[in-house]
Amino acid sequence: MMNISASDPDPASAGASVTAQGAAPAAIRAESLKAVRGRRTVLRNLRFTVPRGQITGLLGPSGCGKSTLMRAIVGTQAQVTGTLDVLDHPAGTPELRSRIGYVTQDPSVYDDLTVRQNLEYFAAVLAPGRGPAATRRHENVTRAIADVDLTTHADALAGNLSGGQRNRVSLAVALLGAPELLVLDEPTVGLDPVLRRDLWDLFHAIAADRGTTILVSSHVMDEAERCHRLLLMRAGEILADGTPDALRTRTGAETVEAAFLRLVDEANAS
Amino acid sequence: MNLHRTLATAARVLRQLRHDPRSIALMILVPCVMLLLLRYVFDGSPRTFDSIGASLLGIFPLITMFLVTSIATLRERTSGTLERLLAMPLGKGDLIAGYALAFGALAVVQSALATGLSLWFLGLDVTGSAWLLLLVALLDALLGTALGLFVSAFASSEFQAVQFMPAVIFPQLVLCGLFTPRDQMQPALEAISNVLPMSYAVDGMTEVLRRPDLTGDFVRDAVIVAGCALLVLALGAATLRRRTA
Repeated sequence: MMNISASDPDPASAGASVTAQGAAPAAIRAESLKAVRGRRTVLRNLRFTVPRGQITGLLGPSGCGKSTLMRAIVGTQAQVTGTLDVLDHPAGTPELRSRIGYVTQDPSVYDDLTVRQNLEYFAAVLAPGRGPAATRRHENVTRAIADVDLTTHADALAGNLSGGQRNRVSLAVALLGAPELLVLDEPTVGLDPVLRRDLWDLFHAIAADRGTTILVSSHVMDEAERCHRLLLMRAGEILADGTPDALRTRTGAETVEAAFLRLVDEANAS
Repeated sequence: MNLHRTLATAARVLRQLRHDPRSIALMILVPCVMLLLLRYVFDGSPRTFDSIGASLLGIFPLITMFLVTSIATLRERTSGTLERLLAMPLGKGDLIAGYALAFGALAVVQSALATGLSLWFLGLDVTGSAWLLLLVALLDALLGTALGLFVSAFASSEFQAVQFMPAVIFPQLVLCGLFTPRDQMQPALEAISNVLPMSYAVDGMTEVLRRPDLTGDFVRDAVIVAGCALLVLALGAATLRRRTA
Protein backbone atom coordinates (compact mmCIF):
# COMPACT_ATOMS: atom_id res chain seq x y z
CA MET A 1 0.00 0.00 0.00
CA MET A 2 1.21 3.46 -0.78
CA ASN A 3 0.49 5.51 2.27
CA ILE A 4 1.77 3.35 5.05
CA SER A 5 4.31 4.99 7.27
CA ALA A 6 4.53 2.86 10.36
CA SER A 7 4.02 -0.61 9.04
CA ASP A 8 5.09 -3.08 11.67
CA PRO A 9 5.87 -6.52 10.28
CA ASP A 10 6.68 -7.92 13.69
CA PRO A 11 3.45 -8.59 15.56
CA ALA A 12 5.19 -9.71 18.73
CA SER A 13 6.77 -6.31 19.50
CA ALA A 14 3.53 -4.37 18.91
CA GLY A 15 1.63 -6.86 21.03
CA ALA A 16 4.14 -6.53 23.81
CA SER A 17 3.98 -2.74 23.83
CA VAL A 18 0.20 -2.79 24.03
CA THR A 19 0.20 -5.32 26.84
CA ALA A 20 2.73 -3.17 28.69
CA GLN A 21 0.23 -0.29 28.88
CA GLY A 22 -1.62 -2.21 31.55
CA ALA A 23 -5.07 -3.61 31.89
CA ALA A 24 -7.22 -1.46 29.61
CA PRO A 25 -10.79 -2.81 29.51
CA ALA A 26 -11.21 -5.41 26.77
CA ALA A 27 -12.70 -4.34 23.44
CA ILE A 28 -14.92 -7.43 23.37
CA ARG A 29 -15.93 -9.56 26.32
CA ALA A 30 -18.06 -12.70 25.96
CA GLU A 31 -19.49 -14.86 28.72
CA SER A 32 -21.61 -18.00 28.16
CA LEU A 33 -22.33 -16.76 24.64
CA LYS A 34 -24.67 -18.95 22.60
CA ALA A 35 -26.15 -18.58 19.14
CA VAL A 36 -28.76 -20.71 17.42
CA ARG A 37 -29.52 -20.80 13.70
CA GLY A 38 -32.68 -22.70 12.97
CA ARG A 39 -32.35 -25.79 15.18
CA ARG A 40 -28.60 -25.86 15.06
CA THR A 41 -26.50 -24.47 17.92
CA VAL A 42 -23.71 -22.59 16.15
CA LEU A 43 -21.94 -21.06 19.16
CA ARG A 44 -21.68 -23.11 22.37
CA ASN A 45 -21.01 -21.27 25.60
CA LEU A 46 -18.16 -19.07 24.39
CA ARG A 47 -16.05 -17.22 26.92
CA PHE A 48 -13.26 -14.96 25.71
CA THR A 49 -11.94 -11.42 25.61
CA VAL A 50 -10.42 -9.42 22.77
CA PRO A 51 -7.85 -6.82 23.92
CA ARG A 52 -7.91 -3.24 22.61
CA GLY A 53 -5.53 -1.88 20.02
CA GLN A 54 -4.37 -5.29 18.82
CA ILE A 55 -5.02 -7.62 15.92
CA THR A 56 -6.85 -10.70 17.09
CA GLY A 57 -7.13 -13.55 14.61
CA LEU A 58 -10.21 -15.73 14.68
CA LEU A 59 -9.16 -18.98 13.09
CA GLY A 60 -10.85 -22.24 12.40
CA PRO A 61 -12.17 -24.43 9.59
CA SER A 62 -15.10 -23.27 7.42
CA GLY A 63 -18.43 -23.72 9.15
CA CYS A 64 -17.03 -23.57 12.69
CA GLY A 65 -19.07 -20.47 13.56
CA LYS A 66 -16.58 -17.65 12.81
CA SER A 67 -19.03 -15.61 10.72
CA THR A 68 -21.88 -16.12 13.20
CA LEU A 69 -19.64 -14.90 16.03
CA MET A 70 -18.66 -11.83 14.00
CA ARG A 71 -22.29 -11.08 13.15
CA ALA A 72 -23.15 -11.38 16.84
CA ILE A 73 -20.41 -8.86 17.66
CA VAL A 74 -21.64 -6.28 15.13
CA GLY A 75 -25.23 -6.94 16.24
CA THR A 76 -26.76 -8.42 13.08
CA GLN A 77 -27.15 -12.00 14.32
CA ALA A 78 -30.53 -13.03 15.72
CA GLN A 79 -30.99 -15.60 18.52
CA VAL A 80 -27.90 -14.75 20.51
CA THR A 81 -27.96 -15.32 24.29
CA GLY A 82 -25.42 -14.76 27.06
CA THR A 83 -23.21 -11.76 27.70
CA LEU A 84 -21.47 -10.00 24.82
CA ASP A 85 -20.03 -6.56 25.55
CA VAL A 86 -18.44 -4.60 22.72
CA LEU A 87 -16.57 -1.35 23.54
CA ASP A 88 -18.30 -1.38 26.95
CA HIS A 89 -21.83 -1.66 25.53
CA PRO A 90 -23.99 -4.73 24.91
CA ALA A 91 -23.51 -5.85 21.30
CA GLY A 92 -26.04 -4.36 18.89
CA THR A 93 -26.62 -1.15 20.89
CA PRO A 94 -27.44 1.71 18.47
CA GLU A 95 -24.60 3.78 19.93
CA LEU A 96 -22.08 1.22 18.61
CA ARG A 97 -23.19 1.44 14.98
CA SER A 98 -20.86 4.30 14.09
CA ARG A 99 -17.95 2.92 16.13
CA ILE A 100 -17.59 -0.48 14.43
CA GLY A 101 -16.44 -1.15 10.88
CA TYR A 102 -17.66 -4.46 9.52
CA VAL A 103 -16.64 -6.27 6.34
CA THR A 104 -18.76 -9.26 5.37
CA GLN A 105 -17.27 -12.27 3.62
CA ASP A 106 -18.81 -11.35 0.25
CA PRO A 107 -18.20 -7.76 -0.78
CA SER A 108 -21.31 -5.77 0.14
CA VAL A 109 -21.15 -2.78 -2.18
CA TYR A 110 -23.34 -1.47 -5.00
CA ASP A 111 -22.15 -2.94 -8.29
CA ASP A 112 -23.90 -0.21 -10.29
CA LEU A 113 -22.06 2.64 -8.58
CA THR A 114 -18.44 3.70 -8.95
CA VAL A 115 -15.97 3.08 -6.14
CA ARG A 116 -16.13 6.74 -5.11
CA GLN A 117 -19.95 6.91 -5.29
CA ASN A 118 -20.19 3.81 -3.10
CA LEU A 119 -17.94 5.34 -0.48
CA GLU A 120 -19.61 8.75 -0.66
CA TYR A 121 -22.99 7.21 0.10
CA PHE A 122 -21.81 5.12 3.04
CA ALA A 123 -19.85 8.14 4.34
CA ALA A 124 -23.04 10.23 4.21
CA VAL A 125 -24.85 7.55 6.23
CA LEU A 126 -22.08 7.56 8.84
CA ALA A 127 -21.66 11.33 9.11
CA PRO A 128 -24.52 13.23 7.48
CA GLY A 129 -24.54 16.98 7.04
CA ARG A 130 -23.41 19.81 4.78
CA GLY A 131 -20.56 22.32 4.87
CA PRO A 132 -17.55 21.26 6.95
CA ALA A 133 -19.06 17.77 7.41
CA ALA A 134 -19.14 17.35 3.63
CA THR A 135 -15.51 18.46 3.28
CA ARG A 136 -14.43 16.03 5.99
CA ARG A 137 -16.43 13.29 4.29
CA HIS A 138 -14.70 13.96 1.00
CA GLU A 139 -11.29 13.69 2.71
CA ASN A 140 -12.30 10.47 4.45
CA VAL A 141 -13.44 8.94 1.15
CA THR A 142 -10.20 9.89 -0.61
CA ARG A 143 -8.15 8.50 2.27
CA ALA A 144 -10.09 5.23 2.41
CA ILE A 145 -9.66 4.73 -1.35
CA ALA A 146 -5.92 5.33 -0.97
CA ASP A 147 -5.78 2.98 2.06
CA VAL A 148 -6.93 0.07 -0.08
CA ASP A 149 -4.85 1.17 -3.07
CA LEU A 150 -7.75 1.80 -5.47
CA THR A 151 -7.05 5.45 -6.30
CA THR A 152 -6.56 4.63 -9.97
CA HIS A 153 -9.92 2.80 -10.01
CA ALA A 154 -11.91 5.39 -8.05
CA ASP A 155 -14.21 6.15 -10.99
CA ALA A 156 -14.70 2.57 -12.18
CA LEU A 157 -18.01 0.82 -11.57
CA ALA A 158 -17.66 -1.63 -8.69
CA GLY A 159 -19.33 -4.30 -10.83
CA ASN A 160 -16.53 -4.06 -13.39
CA LEU A 161 -13.78 -4.69 -10.85
CA SER A 162 -12.19 -8.06 -10.08
CA GLY A 163 -13.29 -10.04 -7.02
CA GLY A 164 -10.25 -8.97 -5.03
CA GLN A 165 -10.78 -5.32 -5.93
CA ARG A 166 -14.44 -5.44 -4.91
CA ASN A 167 -13.34 -6.95 -1.59
CA ARG A 168 -11.11 -3.95 -1.12
CA VAL A 169 -13.95 -1.52 -1.89
CA SER A 170 -15.94 -3.29 0.82
CA LEU A 171 -12.97 -2.92 3.18
CA ALA A 172 -12.63 0.78 2.32
CA VAL A 173 -16.28 1.30 3.39
CA ALA A 174 -15.44 -0.20 6.78
CA LEU A 175 -12.44 2.13 7.17
CA LEU A 176 -14.51 5.27 6.48
CA GLY A 177 -15.49 6.56 9.90
CA ALA A 178 -12.13 5.70 11.56
CA PRO A 179 -13.92 3.04 13.64
CA GLU A 180 -12.56 1.93 17.03
CA LEU A 181 -13.21 -1.71 16.19
CA LEU A 182 -12.82 -3.37 12.81
CA VAL A 183 -14.50 -6.73 12.29
CA LEU A 184 -13.18 -8.35 9.11
CA ASP A 185 -14.65 -11.61 7.90
CA GLU A 186 -12.02 -13.36 5.76
CA PRO A 187 -10.81 -10.18 4.06
CA THR A 188 -7.92 -11.85 2.25
CA VAL A 189 -9.76 -14.74 0.58
CA GLY A 190 -8.98 -14.97 -3.12
CA LEU A 191 -6.24 -12.33 -3.08
CA ASP A 192 -2.82 -12.84 -4.56
CA PRO A 193 0.17 -13.08 -2.15
CA VAL A 194 1.37 -9.53 -2.79
CA LEU A 195 -2.05 -8.00 -2.06
CA ARG A 196 -2.42 -10.21 1.00
CA ARG A 197 0.87 -8.98 2.37
CA ASP A 198 -0.10 -5.36 1.61
CA LEU A 199 -3.44 -5.75 3.37
CA TRP A 200 -1.82 -7.25 6.45
CA ASP A 201 0.65 -4.35 6.48
CA LEU A 202 -2.35 -2.01 6.29
CA PHE A 203 -4.04 -3.77 9.23
CA HIS A 204 -0.88 -3.41 11.30
CA ALA A 205 -0.53 0.25 10.35
CA ILE A 206 -4.17 0.91 11.32
CA ALA A 207 -3.77 -0.86 14.66
CA ALA A 208 -0.48 0.92 15.42
CA ASP A 209 -1.31 4.45 14.17
CA ARG A 210 -5.00 4.73 14.99
CA GLY A 211 -5.13 2.37 17.97
CA THR A 212 -7.89 0.42 16.25
CA THR A 213 -8.85 -2.99 17.58
CA ILE A 214 -9.04 -5.50 14.73
CA LEU A 215 -10.78 -8.85 14.80
CA VAL A 216 -10.00 -10.72 11.61
CA SER A 217 -11.10 -14.20 10.65
CA SER A 218 -9.34 -16.60 8.36
CA HIS A 219 -9.25 -20.28 7.65
CA VAL A 220 -5.69 -19.98 6.34
CA MET A 221 -3.43 -20.83 9.24
CA ASP A 222 -0.30 -19.12 7.92
CA GLU A 223 -2.06 -15.78 8.43
CA ALA A 224 -2.20 -16.57 12.14
CA GLU A 225 1.48 -15.71 12.50
CA ARG A 226 0.65 -12.12 11.61
CA CYS A 227 -1.78 -11.64 14.53
CA HIS A 228 -0.98 -10.42 18.02
CA ARG A 229 -3.44 -12.85 19.56
CA LEU A 230 -5.37 -15.83 18.32
CA LEU A 231 -8.72 -17.38 19.05
CA LEU A 232 -8.82 -20.89 17.62
CA MET A 233 -12.36 -22.10 16.96
CA ARG A 234 -13.74 -25.48 16.13
CA ALA A 235 -17.36 -26.66 15.95
CA GLY A 236 -18.76 -23.64 17.76
CA GLU A 237 -16.26 -23.71 20.60
CA ILE A 238 -13.08 -21.83 21.42
CA LEU A 239 -10.26 -24.36 21.35
CA ALA A 240 -7.46 -22.04 22.41
CA ASP A 241 -6.82 -18.39 23.16
CA GLY A 242 -3.37 -16.77 23.31
CA THR A 243 -0.44 -15.32 21.39
CA PRO A 244 0.95 -17.39 18.49
CA ASP A 245 4.15 -17.93 20.50
CA ALA A 246 2.28 -19.12 23.57
CA LEU A 247 0.24 -21.57 21.47
CA ARG A 248 3.34 -23.02 19.87
CA THR A 249 5.13 -23.29 23.21
CA ARG A 250 2.16 -24.89 24.90
CA THR A 251 1.74 -27.55 22.23
CA GLY A 252 5.42 -27.91 21.36
CA ALA A 253 4.55 -27.40 17.69
CA GLU A 254 6.59 -25.60 15.05
CA THR A 255 3.72 -23.69 13.44
CA VAL A 256 0.28 -22.47 14.47
CA GLU A 257 -1.20 -24.97 12.03
CA ALA A 258 0.55 -27.88 13.78
CA ALA A 259 -0.50 -26.43 17.13
CA PHE A 260 -4.11 -26.29 15.97
CA LEU A 261 -4.03 -29.90 14.76
CA ARG A 262 -2.53 -31.04 18.06
CA LEU A 263 -5.26 -29.24 19.99
CA VAL A 264 -7.92 -30.87 17.80
CA ASP A 265 -6.42 -34.31 18.45
CA GLU A 266 -6.33 -33.60 22.19
CA ALA A 267 -9.95 -32.47 22.15
CA ASN A 268 -11.00 -35.60 20.22
CA ALA A 269 -9.08 -37.90 22.57
CA SER A 270 -10.65 -36.53 25.74
CA MET B 1 -35.05 9.68 10.92
CA ASN B 2 -32.54 12.09 9.51
CA LEU B 3 -33.23 14.29 6.48
CA HIS B 4 -29.65 14.20 5.19
CA ARG B 5 -29.48 10.40 5.36
CA THR B 6 -32.84 10.13 3.59
CA LEU B 7 -31.73 12.49 0.82
CA ALA B 8 -28.36 10.73 0.51
CA THR B 9 -30.22 7.43 0.08
CA ALA B 10 -32.55 8.89 -2.56
CA ALA B 11 -29.56 10.37 -4.41
CA ARG B 12 -27.79 7.02 -4.27
CA VAL B 13 -30.79 5.15 -5.71
CA LEU B 14 -31.06 7.68 -8.55
CA ARG B 15 -27.31 7.40 -9.22
CA GLN B 16 -27.65 3.64 -9.48
CA LEU B 17 -30.45 4.13 -12.00
CA ARG B 18 -28.39 6.61 -13.98
CA HIS B 19 -25.88 3.86 -14.68
CA ASP B 20 -28.74 1.89 -16.22
CA PRO B 21 -30.17 4.12 -18.98
CA ARG B 22 -31.97 1.21 -20.65
CA SER B 23 -34.16 0.62 -17.59
CA ILE B 24 -34.99 4.32 -17.36
CA ALA B 25 -35.95 4.40 -21.03
CA LEU B 26 -38.18 1.35 -20.63
CA MET B 27 -39.89 2.73 -17.53
CA ILE B 28 -40.66 6.04 -19.17
CA LEU B 29 -41.44 4.99 -22.71
CA VAL B 30 -43.46 1.79 -22.27
CA PRO B 31 -46.53 3.52 -20.72
CA CYS B 32 -46.51 6.09 -23.52
CA VAL B 33 -46.31 3.42 -26.20
CA MET B 34 -49.14 1.45 -24.54
CA LEU B 35 -51.39 4.52 -24.46
CA LEU B 36 -50.58 5.26 -28.08
CA LEU B 37 -51.47 1.67 -28.94
CA LEU B 38 -54.78 1.86 -27.04
CA ARG B 39 -55.73 5.13 -28.69
CA TYR B 40 -55.75 3.41 -32.08
CA VAL B 41 -57.17 0.12 -30.80
CA PHE B 42 -60.23 2.17 -29.75
CA ASP B 43 -60.08 4.31 -32.85
CA GLY B 44 -63.80 3.88 -33.45
CA SER B 45 -64.94 4.59 -29.86
CA PRO B 46 -63.13 7.58 -28.33
CA ARG B 47 -65.34 7.38 -25.19
CA THR B 48 -63.89 3.93 -24.36
CA PHE B 49 -60.39 5.29 -24.80
CA ASP B 50 -61.27 8.14 -22.40
CA SER B 51 -62.27 5.82 -19.56
CA ILE B 52 -59.63 3.12 -20.10
CA GLY B 53 -56.90 5.65 -20.82
CA ALA B 54 -57.62 7.61 -17.63
CA SER B 55 -57.61 4.41 -15.55
CA LEU B 56 -54.34 3.26 -17.11
CA LEU B 57 -52.70 6.58 -16.29
CA GLY B 58 -53.17 5.54 -12.68
CA ILE B 59 -52.29 1.87 -13.13
CA PHE B 60 -49.01 2.18 -15.06
CA PRO B 61 -47.05 3.98 -12.33
CA LEU B 62 -48.31 1.46 -9.79
CA ILE B 63 -47.11 -1.54 -11.80
CA THR B 64 -43.78 -0.02 -12.86
CA MET B 65 -42.87 1.12 -9.37
CA PHE B 66 -43.97 -2.21 -7.91
CA LEU B 67 -41.58 -4.09 -10.20
CA VAL B 68 -38.68 -1.68 -9.86
CA THR B 69 -38.89 -1.47 -6.07
CA SER B 70 -39.33 -5.18 -5.45
CA ILE B 71 -36.26 -6.02 -7.53
CA ALA B 72 -34.17 -3.12 -6.21
CA THR B 73 -34.84 -3.90 -2.54
CA LEU B 74 -34.39 -7.61 -3.13
CA ARG B 75 -30.97 -6.86 -4.61
CA GLU B 76 -30.25 -4.75 -1.55
CA ARG B 77 -31.15 -7.70 0.68
CA THR B 78 -29.20 -10.36 -1.23
CA SER B 79 -26.07 -8.29 -1.96
CA GLY B 80 -25.40 -7.76 1.75
CA THR B 81 -25.66 -3.98 1.42
CA LEU B 82 -28.86 -3.98 3.49
CA GLU B 83 -27.11 -5.82 6.32
CA ARG B 84 -24.24 -3.37 6.08
CA LEU B 85 -26.57 -0.34 6.14
CA LEU B 86 -28.54 -1.66 9.10
CA ALA B 87 -25.27 -2.25 10.98
CA MET B 88 -24.59 1.46 10.37
CA PRO B 89 -26.45 4.39 11.95
CA LEU B 90 -29.16 4.43 9.26
CA GLY B 91 -32.80 4.47 10.33
CA LYS B 92 -35.16 2.06 8.58
CA GLY B 93 -37.37 5.07 7.86
CA ASP B 94 -34.44 6.81 6.14
CA LEU B 95 -33.96 3.87 3.81
CA ILE B 96 -37.64 3.52 2.96
CA ALA B 97 -38.24 7.23 2.57
CA GLY B 98 -35.13 7.43 0.41
CA TYR B 99 -36.45 4.75 -1.92
CA ALA B 100 -39.93 6.31 -1.98
CA LEU B 101 -38.47 9.73 -2.83
CA ALA B 102 -36.22 8.44 -5.61
CA PHE B 103 -38.87 6.29 -7.27
CA GLY B 104 -41.50 8.97 -6.62
CA ALA B 105 -39.38 11.42 -8.62
CA LEU B 106 -39.13 8.91 -11.42
CA ALA B 107 -42.89 8.36 -11.25
CA VAL B 108 -43.51 12.11 -11.61
CA VAL B 109 -41.51 12.14 -14.85
CA GLN B 110 -43.24 8.99 -16.12
CA SER B 111 -46.75 10.23 -15.25
CA ALA B 112 -46.15 13.74 -16.57
CA LEU B 113 -45.06 12.36 -19.93
CA ALA B 114 -47.90 9.83 -20.16
CA THR B 115 -50.52 12.37 -19.05
CA GLY B 116 -49.19 15.09 -21.37
CA LEU B 117 -49.12 12.71 -24.31
CA SER B 118 -52.69 11.51 -23.64
CA LEU B 119 -54.19 14.95 -23.14
CA TRP B 120 -52.50 16.90 -25.89
CA PHE B 121 -51.70 14.39 -28.60
CA LEU B 122 -54.07 11.45 -28.16
CA GLY B 123 -57.19 13.53 -27.50
CA LEU B 124 -57.98 12.08 -24.09
CA ASP B 125 -61.05 14.05 -23.01
CA VAL B 126 -60.88 14.86 -19.29
CA THR B 127 -63.46 17.13 -17.61
CA GLY B 128 -61.41 17.78 -14.43
CA SER B 129 -57.93 19.16 -13.90
CA ALA B 130 -54.86 17.45 -15.34
CA TRP B 131 -53.05 18.24 -12.07
CA LEU B 132 -55.46 15.97 -10.22
CA LEU B 133 -54.69 13.17 -12.69
CA LEU B 134 -51.01 13.69 -11.92
CA LEU B 135 -51.67 13.68 -8.18
CA VAL B 136 -53.46 10.32 -8.33
CA ALA B 137 -50.69 8.93 -10.56
CA LEU B 138 -48.12 9.97 -7.98
CA LEU B 139 -50.06 8.39 -5.11
CA ASP B 140 -50.35 5.21 -7.18
CA ALA B 141 -46.61 5.21 -7.74
CA LEU B 142 -46.12 5.52 -3.99
CA LEU B 143 -48.49 2.60 -3.45
CA GLY B 144 -46.56 0.53 -6.01
CA THR B 145 -43.27 1.35 -4.25
CA ALA B 146 -44.77 0.35 -0.90
CA LEU B 147 -46.17 -2.94 -2.20
CA GLY B 148 -42.90 -3.79 -3.96
CA LEU B 149 -40.89 -3.13 -0.83
CA PHE B 150 -43.22 -5.28 1.22
CA VAL B 151 -43.27 -8.33 -1.07
CA SER B 152 -39.49 -8.24 -1.56
CA ALA B 153 -39.25 -9.54 2.02
CA PHE B 154 -41.01 -12.74 0.93
CA ALA B 155 -38.97 -13.40 -2.20
CA SER B 156 -35.60 -15.08 -1.95
CA SER B 157 -34.63 -14.51 -5.57
CA GLU B 158 -35.36 -12.08 -8.39
CA PHE B 159 -37.17 -14.93 -10.12
CA GLN B 160 -39.64 -15.17 -7.23
CA ALA B 161 -39.95 -11.40 -6.97
CA VAL B 162 -41.17 -11.18 -10.57
CA GLN B 163 -43.77 -13.88 -9.87
CA PHE B 164 -45.27 -11.65 -7.18
CA MET B 165 -46.39 -9.25 -9.89
CA PRO B 166 -49.17 -11.51 -11.23
CA ALA B 167 -50.00 -12.61 -7.67
CA VAL B 168 -50.36 -9.14 -6.17
CA ILE B 169 -51.18 -6.90 -9.12
CA PHE B 170 -53.30 -8.97 -11.54
CA PRO B 171 -56.22 -9.68 -9.18
CA GLN B 172 -56.43 -5.97 -8.43
CA LEU B 173 -56.25 -5.19 -12.13
CA VAL B 174 -59.19 -7.52 -12.86
CA LEU B 175 -61.30 -6.21 -9.97
CA CYS B 176 -60.46 -2.50 -10.06
CA GLY B 177 -63.24 -1.54 -12.48
CA LEU B 178 -61.07 -1.24 -15.55
CA PHE B 179 -62.97 -3.93 -17.49
CA THR B 180 -66.43 -3.43 -16.07
CA PRO B 181 -67.88 -1.05 -13.47
CA ARG B 182 -67.41 -2.49 -9.99
CA ASP B 183 -71.10 -2.21 -9.03
CA GLN B 184 -72.02 -4.55 -11.89
CA MET B 185 -69.77 -7.36 -10.64
CA GLN B 186 -71.00 -10.35 -8.68
CA PRO B 187 -71.58 -8.92 -5.13
CA ALA B 188 -68.88 -11.06 -3.52
CA LEU B 189 -66.32 -9.78 -6.03
CA GLU B 190 -67.52 -6.23 -5.54
CA ALA B 191 -66.97 -6.65 -1.80
CA ILE B 192 -63.41 -7.86 -2.46
CA SER B 193 -62.76 -4.98 -4.83
CA ASN B 194 -63.88 -2.62 -2.06
CA VAL B 195 -60.85 -3.55 0.04
CA LEU B 196 -58.27 -3.48 -2.76
CA PRO B 197 -56.40 -0.17 -3.02
CA MET B 198 -56.17 -0.14 -6.82
CA SER B 199 -59.98 0.15 -7.01
CA TYR B 200 -59.76 3.57 -5.36
CA ALA B 201 -56.94 4.61 -7.66
CA VAL B 202 -59.16 3.90 -10.67
CA ASP B 203 -62.23 5.48 -8.99
CA GLY B 204 -60.20 8.62 -8.38
CA MET B 205 -59.14 8.78 -12.02
CA THR B 206 -62.73 8.25 -13.17
CA GLU B 207 -63.86 11.08 -10.88
CA VAL B 208 -61.40 13.48 -12.55
CA LEU B 209 -62.51 12.23 -15.96
CA ARG B 210 -66.22 12.99 -15.31
CA ARG B 211 -66.38 15.91 -12.86
CA PRO B 212 -65.10 19.43 -13.52
CA ASP B 213 -64.26 20.25 -9.89
CA LEU B 214 -62.73 18.62 -6.82
CA THR B 215 -65.39 16.31 -5.39
CA GLY B 216 -65.67 14.72 -1.97
CA ASP B 217 -65.48 11.28 -3.58
CA PHE B 218 -62.18 12.21 -5.20
CA VAL B 219 -60.72 13.36 -1.90
CA ARG B 220 -61.89 10.14 -0.24
CA ASP B 221 -60.29 8.01 -3.00
CA ALA B 222 -57.01 9.92 -2.85
CA VAL B 223 -56.86 9.67 0.94
CA ILE B 224 -57.55 5.92 0.81
CA VAL B 225 -54.76 5.32 -1.73
CA ALA B 226 -52.32 7.47 0.25
CA GLY B 227 -53.33 5.76 3.52
CA CYS B 228 -52.82 2.30 2.01
CA ALA B 229 -49.41 3.35 0.71
CA LEU B 230 -48.34 4.58 4.15
CA LEU B 231 -49.71 1.47 5.85
CA VAL B 232 -47.87 -0.87 3.48
CA LEU B 233 -44.68 1.23 3.81
CA ALA B 234 -44.90 0.76 7.57
CA LEU B 235 -45.38 -2.98 7.08
CA GLY B 236 -42.38 -2.92 4.72
CA ALA B 237 -40.31 -1.18 7.40
CA ALA B 238 -41.25 -3.96 9.81
CA THR B 239 -39.78 -6.54 7.41
CA LEU B 240 -36.37 -4.84 7.58
CA ARG B 241 -34.66 -6.55 10.49
CA ARG B 242 -31.37 -5.43 11.91
CA ARG B 243 -30.80 -8.89 13.34
CA THR B 244 -31.29 -11.87 11.03
CA ALA B 245 -30.67 -15.59 11.45
